[in-house]
Amino acid sequence: MWVYEKKLQYPVRVSQCNPTLAKYLIEQYGGADGELAAALRYLNQRYTLPDKVTGLLTDIGTEEFAHLEMIATMVYKLTKDATPEQLKEAGLGDHYADHDRALFYHNAAGNPFTATYIQAKGDPIADLYEDIAAEEKARATYQWLIDISDDPDINDGLKFLREREVVHSQRFREAVELIKEYNEQKNFF
Amino acid sequence: MNKDYYRMLGELQAIDFVILELNLYLDTHPDDPQARQQYDEYSRVRKQLKERFEDAFGPLNNYGASPTFGNWSSSPWPWQV
Repeated sequence: MWVYEKKLQYPVRVSQCNPTLAKYLIEQYGGADGELAAALRYLNQRYTLPDKVTGLLTDIGTEEFAHLEMIATMVYKLTKDATPEQLKEAGLGDHYADHDRALFYHNAAGNPFTATYIQAKGDPIADLYEDIAAEEKARATYQWLIDISDDPDINDGLKFLREREVVHSQRFREAVELIKEYNEQKNFF
Repeated sequence: MNKDYYRMLGELQAIDFVILELNLYLDTHPDDPQARQQYDEYSRVRKQLKERFEDAFGPLNNYGASPTFGNWSSSPWPWQV
């Protein structure tokens, strides 16, 4: 069960209408290392991983949905006042033809989201290492987005999200250590 | 939205960040009594801040997790402010 909270995790401000930047940011909405992939990955893996890490997967998975909402807010605010002509110039003509200004789960290049971006192996070490890698890839993506963005207000939100990837990666590394301790204990039997 | 809205929202977002960090830390360090104490303390403060915010601007949660339905299904939604 989830209860929605009518607020963002962190404020999202936008300097001006900028559909070109929105096109890049959509990578973290429906891309391979984006927030949707992250949320679905952790909230799916948690059912079969050891109880020791279920809480962490639940909480980080839930936080990823808060990040997804932040990215959606950025894209929405950057495109809501754009004319079809401006969207076309920004390379979003194809998007406009199918979706108008609605958001959709695809990456910056327009490839639709696919469950093949994520995995659930049922092996705790394999799954947690994938999770650590996912966080590091998302951190790198946020860095590239900050580097390519010319909007200081957007960059403030992107820097917050980049830091969250670092914290999540650290927590998953601790989860790996907890699993190792658990596995070693079992060997005594 | 007026200045008070953004100020009180900012206070909530700030304390929620503290609680979230303590929460994730406790997920992997459940036996740290100091972190547990901090979690409890900030949760109490959070409850007061939420009540003050909701008295002024309406419910933050659905499904009975806020005291009233109030203006729940009215704008502004988070992406509109």
